[in-house]
Amino acid sequence: MMGRGLLGIEDLERSDIETILETAERMQEVGRRDVKKVPTLRGRTIVNLFFEPSTRTRTSFEIAGKRLSADVVNFTAASSSLTKAETILDTAKNLDAMAPDAVVVRHSVSGVPKRIADELGAPVINAGDGAHEHPTQALLDLLTVREQKGRIDGLTVTIIGDVAHSRVARSDIYAFRKMGAEVRLAAPPTMLPVDVESLGVKGFTSLREAIDGADVVMALRIQFERLAGALFPSVREYSATFGVDRAKLRYAKDDAIVMHPGPVNRGVELSHDLADHRPSVILDQVRNGVAIRMAVLYLLAGRKRVEREEE
Amino acid sequence: MGRILIRGGRILDPATDRDAPGDVLIEDGRIAAVENSIEASDAEIIDAEGLWITPGLIDIHTHLREPGQEYKEDIGSGGRAAVAGGFTAVACMANTNPVNDDPSVTDYILDRARQDSPARVYPIAAATKGLSGEVMTEMVALVEAGAVGFSDDGMTIMDSGVQRRVLMYSKLVEAPVIVHAEDRTLVGKGVVNEGPVSTRLGLPANPAVAEMVQVARDLMLAEVTGAHLHVAHVSTAGAVESIREARNRGLHVTAEATPHHLTLTDEATLGFDTNTKMAPPLRSVADVEACRQGLVDGTIDAVATDHAPHAVHEKEVEFTTAPSGVLGLETALPVVLDLVRREDLTPLQLIRRLTVNPARILGVEGGRLDTGSPADVVVIDPERQWTYDPYKGYSKSRNSPWAGQTLQGRAVATIVGGRLVYDVDRGVLAP
Repeated sequence: MMGRGLLGIEDLERSDIETILETAERMQEVGRRDVKKVPTLRGRTIVNLFFEPSTRTRTSFEIAGKRLSADVVNFTAASSSLTKAETILDTAKNLDAMAPDAVVVRHSVSGVPKRIADELGAPVINAGDGAHEHPTQALLDLLTVREQKGRIDGLTVTIIGDVAHSRVARSDIYAFRKMGAEVRLAAPPTMLPVDVESLGVKGFTSLREAIDGADVVMALRIQFERLAGALFPSVREYSATFGVDRAKLRYAKDDAIVMHPGPVNRGVELSHDLADHRPSVILDQVRNGVAIRMAVLYLLAGRKRVEREEE
Repeated sequence: MGRILIRGGRILDPATDRDAPGDVLIEDGRIAAVENSIEASDAEIIDAEGLWITPGLIDIHTHLREPGQEYKEDIGSGGRAAVAGGFTAVACMANTNPVNDDPSVTDYILDRARQDSPARVYPIAAATKGLSGEVMTEMVALVEAGAVGFSDDGMTIMDSGVQRRVLMYSKLVEAPVIVHAEDRTLVGKGVVNEGPVSTRLGLPANPAVAEMVQVARDLMLAEVTGAHLHVAHVSTAGAVESIREARNRGLHVTAEATPHHLTLTDEATLGFDTNTKMAPPLRSVADVEACRQGLVDGTIDAVATDHAPHAVHEKEVEFTTAPSGVLGLETALPVVLDLVRREDLTPLQLIRRLTVNPARILGVEGGRLDTGSPADVVVIDPERQWTYDPYKGYSKSRNSPWAGQTLQGRAVATIVGGRLVYDVDRGVLAP
């Protein structure tokens, strides 16, 4: 897969994931230096093509590219192609004519990075598409868990919240399963995707059962702006039933860690105290995000355009 | 108008249950004779050796986009696509601009058809004015102008009171009320079938129950009103079962299925190709099997394409914003011939569902080959392999899930009203 882009974890082999994680571990070292910059991607151009506002992910990709000495161009497009009277494929073809070495795409609709990748000579990195995939988030989650636990194989990972509308959940499900972990989901039935078992995971409506014996407890962000009133009756009922606090965390393993893709709705998915203190590793996730994105950019944008086109 | 003799083919005429070799003689726009062997020295000869001779196919569900969206299709291009696909008559939906909710629009469509279309065109009028689901149209005047049925199609009438009155009033004109049966509140923003595929893609899901609920409602309203309800593009096992049960109880219900719902599953959407986006969406393997079974046992009367042209630029957008629908006229025949190759249907049974059954649903003539019938005839090569390229087709649009595929079976000659309008080697010949 590497070389053609990173569209989703579903397409990756375990060996691809291992390669990315090992590369990211080397990149972590760069992040610890006084001068956090290496010349690896000097002369390469990376375009951040964000159709959906995202300060955190875009900044993470931008820092990753700059630490590798790439020229990073941020391109913030209108969220709907209809408003611009320009089709996605127009955008892609125009971009391609400018010969970038990698394009990072974020879009609110599933499948857009794939459609752009189909038209583009340069590798496309999916920075989140609709409720489909967010592969670099899942990779940074793997890196964080491996850093904390020393392994991923054999762990139990519980993902809590609006799985149905979460690209993070989908990518994490594929990622942790491919790396040998058991994945459980906990959510109100209105937030569990249909036929979720087809992804090789078990859905629970009891948080306590789902969390029982878990090594990793991951809470997802509730998207108030999209969902208020439709999938759950109130924030109060949601946080009382599915919000994670220290009392509920007691059912997990003693050394369980707490994760969240951010930004946290404090007091909703996670109690205020858990959002800031151990065992939550949220800022480690953010730190590792840069290393993962450096690794992915290195593996994809580091290669000559000729080599890519010969494949 | 000259004479045409189609010689030496396998005649498939479901109206008379004829499946036998023979010749068909056409004279003055009518079928003059159907015999084992006919001599007609002055007639134009079409050699049908090894081919099927069937009534012209009739498609009761198309969107010809004229008036108003001629950049997608017009009555001429749609008519040419029809005859190239073996269809001698098509019914066109009312969602034009302006909407066909007024006799003047019906007149316009028929006038354009007479000038531009090699295929016969039967307008379906809106069931409510402006497709708004509120006030019913002037059905009597519309039928007098030439409308053959009533439908708000994709603008499903959600108000059950309005739907009941539409069905009641339609009895005045004895024309079917055609429904796109999806409960819009259950569909929500759904664009792919709800199931493992929607879960994988992370696209908003349209559940099968949206169709099942609406079909159940409309069947109940058909029962209390006694009106003729026609269910368009059935796509779910649940709806097939409801319709089967309703027919067994003697309701005046007919139904159609599309080539895509009979052969493609939601797995086709896994690459996010917007040319696999339609409404209702492609469904599960079990649903496809149930639709096929429904077509086999007669629960579903007819194959109809729901030919829905959209411009390339309209489809090259996000999956959620792309318009629903695919082309059908030029690919329907080879695609559904698959059911004959799988031995689900005999050739005669399949042709029945493409000719006499659709004619009966709309109450129009045609769809038969007996002496005296209008000479709407198609010669089909069921074996012929060809690669479908929508850019070389007759439709103005290109949105087909079969683009680039090798298909088997093709219309090789199409005759409308005794005139040869399409020949596979020479293309569309008239008007």
